[in-house]
Amino acid sequence: MSRDFVMVDNIPVAIEGEKNLLSLIRKAGIELPTFCYHSELSVYGACRMCMVENKWGGMEAACSTPPKAGMVIYTNTPKLRRYRKMILELLLSNHCRDCTTCEKNGECKLQELAERFGIKRVRFQNTADQPKLDDSSPCIVRDTNKCILCGDCVRMCNEVQNVGAIDFMSRGAKMTVSTAFHIPIAESNCVGCGQCAAVCPTGAIVVKKETDQVWAALNDKKTKVVVQIAPAVRVGLGGKLGQKAGDDLMGKIVAALKRMGADEVYDTATGADLTVMEEANEFIERLESGENLPLFTSCCPAWIQYVEKKHPELLPNVSTCRSPMEMFGSVLKEENKHSRRKTVVVAIMPCTAKKFEAAREEFKENGVPYIDYVLTTQELIQMIKESGIYFSELESEAIDMPFSDKSGAGVIFGVTGGVTEAVIRRLAEDKSSAELRSIAFNGVRGMQGLKETTVQYGERELKIAIVSGLKNAEDLIQRMKSGETHYDFVEVMACPGGCVCGAGQPITDAEGKKKRGAGLYAADKMCSIKRSEENPVVMSLYGDLLKGKVHKLLHVDYQKGNR
Amino acid sequence: MESVCDVIQLDKILEKYQYDPGSIIAILQDTQEVYHYLPRCVFPYYSSKLGISEAQIFSIATFYENFSLEPKGKYVIKVCDGTACHVRKSTAILEQLRSELGLSPSKKTTDDLLFTVETVSCLGACGLAPTLTVNDKVMGMMSPDKVKELLTGLKEGTIDA
Amino acid sequence: MLKSREDLQNLRALYKERLDRQKVKILICAGTACVANGSLKLYDTFMKLIQEKGINCVVDLEHEPEGDPIGVKKSGCHGFCEMGPLVRIEPKGYLYVKVKPEDCEEILETSVVGDTCVERLTYHKGDETHKHQESIPFYKMQKRVVLEHCGQIDATSIGEYIAKDGYTALEKALFEMTPEEVLREVEISNLRGRGGGGFPTARKWSQVKRQKAKEKYIVCNGDEGDPGAFMDRSVMESDPHKMLEGMILAAYVCGAKQGYIYVRAEYPLAVKRLGIAIEQARELGILGDHILGTDLCFDIKISRGAGAFVCGEGSALTASIEGKRGMPRVKPPRTVEHGLYDSPTVLNNVETYANVPAIVLNGGQWFRSIGPENSPGTKAFALTGNIVNTGLIEVAMGTTLREIIYDIGGGMRDGAEFKAVQIGGPSGGCLTKEHLDLPLDFDNLKKVGAMIGSGGLVVMDEHTCMVEVARFFMSFTQNESCGKCVPCREGTKRMLEILERIVAGNGQPGDVELLEELAETISATALCGLGKSAALPVLSTIKYFRDEYDAHINDKVCPTKTCQKLRKIYIDPALCKGCSKCARNCPAGAITGQIKSPFVIDSAKCVKCGACVSACAFHAVKED
Repeated sequence: MSRDFVMVDNIPVAIEGEKNLLSLIRKAGIELPTFCYHSELSVYGACRMCMVENKWGGMEAACSTPPKAGMVIYTNTPKLRRYRKMILELLLSNHCRDCTTCEKNGECKLQELAERFGIKRVRFQNTADQPKLDDSSPCIVRDTNKCILCGDCVRMCNEVQNVGAIDFMSRGAKMTVSTAFHIPIAESNCVGCGQCAAVCPTGAIVVKKETDQVWAALNDKKTKVVVQIAPAVRVGLGGKLGQKAGDDLMGKIVAALKRMGADEVYDTATGADLTVMEEANEFIERLESGENLPLFTSCCPAWIQYVEKKHPELLPNVSTCRSPMEMFGSVLKEENKHSRRKTVVVAIMPCTAKKFEAAREEFKENGVPYIDYVLTTQELIQMIKESGIYFSELESEAIDMPFSDKSGAGVIFGVTGGVTEAVIRRLAEDKSSAELRSIAFNGVRGMQGLKETTVQYGERELKIAIVSGLKNAEDLIQRMKSGETHYDFVEVMACPGGCVCGAGQPITDAEGKKKRGAGLYAADKMCSIKRSEENPVVMSLYGDLLKGKVHKLLHVDYQKGNR
Repeated sequence: MESVCDVIQLDKILEKYQYDPGSIIAILQDTQEVYHYLPRCVFPYYSSKLGISEAQIFSIATFYENFSLEPKGKYVIKVCDGTACHVRKSTAILEQLRSELGLSPSKKTTDDLLFTVETVSCLGACGLAPTLTVNDKVMGMMSPDKVKELLTGLKEGTIDA
Repeated sequence: MLKSREDLQNLRALYKERLDRQKVKILICAGTACVANGSLKLYDTFMKLIQEKGINCVVDLEHEPEGDPIGVKKSGCHGFCEMGPLVRIEPKGYLYVKVKPEDCEEILETSVVGDTCVERLTYHKGDETHKHQESIPFYKMQKRVVLEHCGQIDATSIGEYIAKDGYTALEKALFEMTPEEVLREVEISNLRGRGGGGFPTARKWSQVKRQKAKEKYIVCNGDEGDPGAFMDRSVMESDPHKMLEGMILAAYVCGAKQGYIYVRAEYPLAVKRLGIAIEQARELGILGDHILGTDLCFDIKISRGAGAFVCGEGSALTASIEGKRGMPRVKPPRTVEHGLYDSPTVLNNVETYANVPAIVLNGGQWFRSIGPENSPGTKAFALTGNIVNTGLIEVAMGTTLREIIYDIGGGMRDGAEFKAVQIGGPSGGCLTKEHLDLPLDFDNLKKVGAMIGSGGLVVMDEHTCMVEVARFFMSFTQNESCGKCVPCREGTKRMLEILERIVAGNGQPGDVELLEELAETISATALCGLGKSAALPVLSTIKYFRDEYDAHINDKVCPTKTCQKLRKIYIDPALCKGCSKCARNCPAGAITGQIKSPFVIDSAKCVKCGACVSACAFHAVKED
């Protein structure tokens, strides 16, 4: 079989369907530098760092050039080194260079490449205006001084999330990334998904940190710190703490938190079990009444904001269930109502939008939030590092009583399709393990942006859609509005791939994301309880703490503010 | 400022372009023809009607030189700074205008909203260099002295533009 | 509505007959420059006088005239803008320059009612008087193909265009030729794109023709943004149908149904005239469904630019038509494959399309017979700067700079010495004395580091500072950079900074080398043509006028005394009477002294504004 090759630095590299030279060169084991290339975004081609030299001495941007048989390219020539250095020098000349105090210190692409290419001098003055930090949002902080205008955030916000809160403003040397009329991001149509921060190569957009407040609570003897950990977190931090990426590290996280001073540590999957119960009930009610269908899930706070800001007319269709974090938060606060010590609930989430959710008025009682602080996985990693704990050597510890049980259904909430699969498990009359398998292989799993499945419920065949990524959600909404399609149940997660790919997680590639999803499905397999209704904690809660308070503690009316 | 938006007027423009978000540039041009600038209130309105975000509209409005986010004077004077005009000393014309009117590169419009002074890339009337336009009317062979005459004429209404 | 070839031929015959019956025609130039000089008043005056005198006159061809009237029309640009407003009398071919309303009566009496020339209004050069347009050196040396109708016909009349054999090429193509045969003629002609790059037009068309897409587009780039270039504006204003005909022919070849003309916002008159032309063509069935009763369906929309030079770049232009920021995108894919609305798109500029009808009509070989082998045809240039005859010219490719500047352009103004000519605007380079005999064509210019660009020729004399010219172009490019790619956005900013400090007298040793270093990276790595060529004016001025850079940097001297900050102003104590007027006029408080004894300027405080120079009645304030 004859194969097509490209000569990369005199080595033949086979073309195997790569859409650009960049992937082909990286496959050949050469790390071409880039700022603006992300495989999940459109090709922008602006940073010019990935240029390669062809055999005639011409320059080609590897990100936008498709490989063709017989091409001869060089990736590391004197010319290229000169150009890359000049581009870096030009970028650095406009850039705040206080690396040590930067949130992105050690994770910054500009810092990394400046080091790699040995930039030791910058011959141009930084003459740019010094715009103010925008920390108006509870989710992200924007520092335009650190922006290199690669446009990754803009394309993420527009192309993938269909939000369009930020875009390029002005042009040429005056160009910036900004909101309309430079209003604070909190006042824009930003939904807090944080995906902009996830793709930002520098410290221009970072996740807002609350670690100081949490340390203070942990160190305060008069405060009882109760922690809940979301499903996606356990498979998200391995790579950064010397463990295998995607492995379930829940036990170690519990141990670390205990050492850091947490009083009680629980699993948000338990909260997710409550959500499954409530959402399944709500779904059945709506199926019977025929009202407000399809039912949209409500676990994702960025999705909730998207509906509020862009499609308020759909609010009646959104489930009234609080998210697992908030359900569990109100249960934990209720449980500790009479505690002598002040109780602080900390939620560790893969998500930036959860910070916004925790601060919503709907989730406060007498001005006190059910969730006091939300930490992202990244913040947890930073705290573990700060504490000096040898994470890899920690012995796993168990979840505390009295909420020590969770079902596998609750665990898979962290990946796209998980909520749906959990609800289907609840609805299914057949409780055999064969049925569990058939549910899993019915189209609910996988990282695609849109999945569709049908489920038999009594006489009815229910149509279900699962979307992740808000652009996918928007497309679905438009198709439903035009009457092109119809669903009974729609699961929406704002982040492509679901919570495992949340913006609070350490940045990873497509392969890493897949591993995280697989990690959660493996954790589900390890759970002895598969269905939410079989979780004894759930049963006892309904019989005790939640008695007469189900609506007050587990539901929310998002329409109030919009009426 | 917010009250200037006349929804009926804006709807008329939107209808002309069949609510097509791809026609946003033309829509903004027509809007500017009505108001002589782009009032802030048109952004949320067009955003909701066209299904594109305010930031995206703002992005387009700030990319193209012709759009103004601030009200302009009754007389918009654009001094050509094309090559031909430049080599025939258009800078002196611009400076004369600015000093006569107390304007600067950052302050483009007089407080009485009578004059706005801007530069414009080549008008293509190079034969008449240096040139300027007053509300799109081309005036050629300018000199600092003629600038004085022009301003007086416009103020007194003896020159129409 | 014309439904067949016969319909068009009959209409042409009718219009020809009506045009022939206009025994005298008064053509008043209504191009942008002449309008600015008051030519519309001339038109009104003529009309008023004609009415008063009861002269039989017509203004269009659409109505059957009585007897043999005279024709009065607003024509497009003659190109001789320097001499405007211009009035041409046909059939005698008299050209009157700098005409004022009070001259109209004499013209009417002498040249319209009578048939002699008003000599005082003709063009004079030295002792020579040129009664006829064609004998004026400015016109005599030109070869007008694209501009043939400019100034000769009423730009707002499709009738006159048809009467002058307009749309004959379309007729020939539709009824006698296959699309392949039309393409073949364009190929034989070796017509190269007039927008700057000089890419063979036929190759572009055949690439689009080959695509199997459902939608294809024909786009005309009328975003003539190069400062100092206005050829395309003149064609759009003066002979819009020629360009439309070229676009329809492209649509016939490539199988496109929709065309767009992107016109920059600074050309309101062009937008208006094109709008009229398109409307007229639709009414006659020359645009729209089933053109002239054939299967060809093609219509054209106008897209107005909103002020961004970069939109002259193909992918930025199509993005702008789509309602986006005009930022170029990476290629591949190329515009011929994925252009406007992601469909195969032919993108040519105005002059390129305007060349096509004549090629189809006269054959590719005819076109090839003009100019050199590899750059055949003519090229329109906008001739501006320190030259006697500024204006719009068209010459055969391969004409030398000397012929253009001295024969057509009439030489340098005020007897100054020729120094350089900037060709191709901010993307081009400068040519100097050593290039005066270089035949201008695509390849020759490329060899000397310049490019034809869209055809702006800015002539500069000995008093022009080349560092300041480089700064000017860099400031233009920097202001027009879209900001997308790093080398252009940041690099041009830094180059401008360096040039600004050099002209301000703050240049440092090594600045020229730093400019060259930046230029190399920008040229090699910028995303689009604007960025790639941004550094050319700097590089070419460094190449030919390095001594001027060195004088600014090392000696803090501007050899041409252009750079204000480098002026050296001092008071000659021998001439100073100590009146203190200079000190009172100094905005910076830099002048001090005792009354009745010589004053002095503190050069550290002096802002070199020159107020003292003009204030001094004794010429005691001097400049080095």
